[in-house]
Amino acid sequence: MIKLRVNGKSVAVAAEPDTPLLWAIREHLKLTGTKYGCGAGHCGACVVHVDGRAVKSCQLSLSRAAGSDVTTIEGLSPDASHPLQKAWIAEQVPQCGYCQSGQIMKAVELLEKNPHPSRDQIVRHMDSVICRCGTYTRIVSAIQRAAGEV
Amino acid sequence: MGNIKLDTAQISRRHFLGGAAGLTFVISIGPKGTWLVADAAAKAPEYAIGAWVRITPDNQLTIITPAAEMGQGSMTGVPIALAEELDADWSTVTLEMAPADPATFGYNRRGGKVMRITGSRAIRSYFEQMRLAGAQVRKVLLQAAAEEWGVDASTLVTEPNTVVDRLNKRKLSYGEIASFATVPAAMPTVSTDELKKVSEFRLIGNPVPRADIPAKVDGSAKFSIDVQLPGMVYASTVHAPVQLAEPESWNDSEVRRIPGVIDVVRLDKGVAIVADTFEHVLAARRVLAVDWKKGAPAEGYDSEKALEQDYMAMAMDRQSPRRSVAETGDVTNAFASAVKVYKADFRSDYCYHAQMEPLNAVARFNAAGDKVEIWEGTQSPGGSRAAIADALEFEFEQVIHHQMYMGGAFGRRSITDYTIETALIARATKRPVKMIWTREEDLAFAMFRPQNLQCLEAALDDDGKIAGWRHCVIGDGDRLITSGINIEDYYTIPNRLIEQLGASHGIRLKHWRAVAHPFNIFAIESLVDEIAADQGLDPLEFRRKRLAMTPKAEAVFDAVEKLSNWHTPRPDGRALGLSVTERSGSLGAGVVEISLDRERGRIRVHKVWAAIDGGIIVQPDMARANVESGIVYGLSSVLKERATIKNGAVVQSNFHDYQVLKMSEAPEEIHVEFLDRETSPTGLGEIGNPFIGAAVANAFHALTGKRLYHMPFTPERVRAALQT
Ligand code: FES
Ligand code: FES
Repeated sequence: MIKLRVNGKSVAVAAEPDTPLLWAIREHLKLTGTKYGCGAGHCGACVVHVDGRAVKSCQLSLSRAAGSDVTTIEGLSPDASHPLQKAWIAEQVPQCGYCQSGQIMKAVELLEKNPHPSRDQIVRHMDSVICRCGTYTRIVSAIQRAAGEV
Repeated sequence: MGNIKLDTAQISRRHFLGGAAGLTFVISIGPKGTWLVADAAAKAPEYAIGAWVRITPDNQLTIITPAAEMGQGSMTGVPIALAEELDADWSTVTLEMAPADPATFGYNRRGGKVMRITGSRAIRSYFEQMRLAGAQVRKVLLQAAAEEWGVDASTLVTEPNTVVDRLNKRKLSYGEIASFATVPAAMPTVSTDELKKVSEFRLIGNPVPRADIPAKVDGSAKFSIDVQLPGMVYASTVHAPVQLAEPESWNDSEVRRIPGVIDVVRLDKGVAIVADTFEHVLAARRVLAVDWKKGAPAEGYDSEKALEQDYMAMAMDRQSPRRSVAETGDVTNAFASAVKVYKADFRSDYCYHAQMEPLNAVARFNAAGDKVEIWEGTQSPGGSRAAIADALEFEFEQVIHHQMYMGGAFGRRSITDYTIETALIARATKRPVKMIWTREEDLAFAMFRPQNLQCLEAALDDDGKIAGWRHCVIGDGDRLITSGINIEDYYTIPNRLIEQLGASHGIRLKHWRAVAHPFNIFAIESLVDEIAADQGLDPLEFRRKRLAMTPKAEAVFDAVEKLSNWHTPRPDGRALGLSVTERSGSLGAGVVEISLDRERGRIRVHKVWAAIDGGIIVQPDMARANVESGIVYGLSSVLKERATIKNGAVVQSNFHDYQVLKMSEAPEEIHVEFLDRETSPTGLGEIGNPFIGAAVANAFHALTGKRLYHMPFTPERVRAALQT
């Protein structure tokens, strides 16, 4: 059993230490908002926060996440009321939606560190999360809309 | 805008009709197409019946949405057409995803009924049928209110969810009517000229938020990969490196010793590992070693050699069997009497769909093994359900189908090979199974947009007009390489010969967003630009003066000229390129503004302008999102995407070597304008995609004086072009 905190709750996962955090979250804890896109650190669909940092959960083993504080999209706000979630709706960002949990979690990290990022800073920060539906321009608009509110 | 229910298999007819107070309108598919009928008539066995609209006394509406949702917004856009004519208050509407029952919920196509959402077909195929259904329901409500008040129905009007008697200053909500009215024994008929005029639309053309978006910002949207079932186990298939080779044998006992492994299942074209957790499946995948049977058609195939050498040899060989795609006028004479002939060859590489959600499905059999429940995301629910039944030797009804959101589709998901595998694994293992192809598997066993060579020639007559046109496309995939090769929707060149030369490589191929349009338009519009430049004319002026354009084409070019400020000089180091395309009934012209990092060979597209004639635009923002998406998807393939095959095996394995466009490479600005039209809606899911290749290549020429002839425009190819 490996213990950690997920979305503010203590949990114990019965899985091998080298299990990627992604699969522990998705299939052991059944928090399926975090997505599998490549399993190799290339796409960012699996981004969650680990102790406040945006991390690709497919690249972090459960043992290394032990004892840490993990936040997934489900734990970002109780009712989709986070300013970025609201901005995402206002800009009608998602298309297929599959990458969007990763996009939002990555964007949260940015605005927490830098409440008023420039366009360049947004792009540099978000560049590691792929959106195959091409919602990039709307993601930038949504982050700009939410800037200052996080 | 309401909630949305995705659990499609729950919406059986009994569920919909049973018990609920209020009015339920069911649908009849008769010889004349789709008509709403009364419940009583619906019970007659000769009708295929399903529910379409329900109105309950609490003034809530439920509308069935038949359109698979892959991010394009159709699950919202299609029922809006019904709600419009019904004069529904959208905030009271709940959408329910239709079950996989094309006989009831399909649109008319080639004498049959299908629910397949491909070729940007959702809105354009369902639009009229949904409007007529909505108008019928509205008529019933008007009639019921008229009877209640003892007035003539023609004196009444509707406002959202309300019948209004203006003369006597009274109103009844649809919910109130539903509490006393019954659906008449014979439903009123409605003809198309009774439908609203464009000026009367309340919902069409005005922003309605997409129903699926809230669930896509909090992680609650359910894709098939998210399905959890009690007792569910996990699986993944390993396919041969040489596509379509069959398994001979494998290290079975070694694999079964991996902790958690439950089963190893032989499939026709692969070996599936089943284990208690997905991480155990992955561990077993690393151990599994399969001997594959020799003799797969792809064996020994080298895609680069085929593209660089074989295709050209075929094109040069007059004996090669050509298929004529289109032929008009006297091409031989046009070339014989030409003042000048232009020739150019273009190439495009294999492209992979790379939908963000690796293909997967969930299957569960009942204890008797004579029924299977399927959870999948498919573009073709009816076709998939039938194919699964077929593979299991089941009847259609033995397959219970749950349609889920799709994490991207782009043409890949109208074939259901991944779900059939899942069902076969679940049957062999006798447990509920979630089967996931790893990204590596999804790419190794991909179905590609075919690579191809295109040989074009144009003949200029003594007026400097293009009078003759030859275009031959060479490659595998039959129709997968010919779509978009006909130019008649925008240019009327009198003498044309369009041909295809087929190759066969044993590689899996499939419709890719806009099919062959992206590379065919790349070739066509690049050559037009080349001739314009040689004639010393502005590309737009050249098209206007030397190519007879259709009025529709003139209009989109005029619009994009304004939208992009085509004639305004750009800053140093920037240049514009222009192209046109048709797709799915729509016509669009686009302009890109690029810059170039000459040393690194990197093209950067900063801005894109697109002017599109898509008929009536049901939802402008959703339509815009579709075009933006098409542009980025198209640009990705134009600048980066490239799959190659060596010895019959796909070389690339994940997003590090099959790269797709990132945010830093996407345009900073995309401006989309729809022409104001009152014609029926046409497809918009793919219209943004095909013009991008030529627009970028033409901008590159404007900037450097050099031409690009091979997509994608990788840094090596860009640097090579600069050196010519
Ligand atoms: S799934 Fe983790 S980066 Fe792609
Ligand atoms: S919305 Fe589909 S991948 Fe981003």
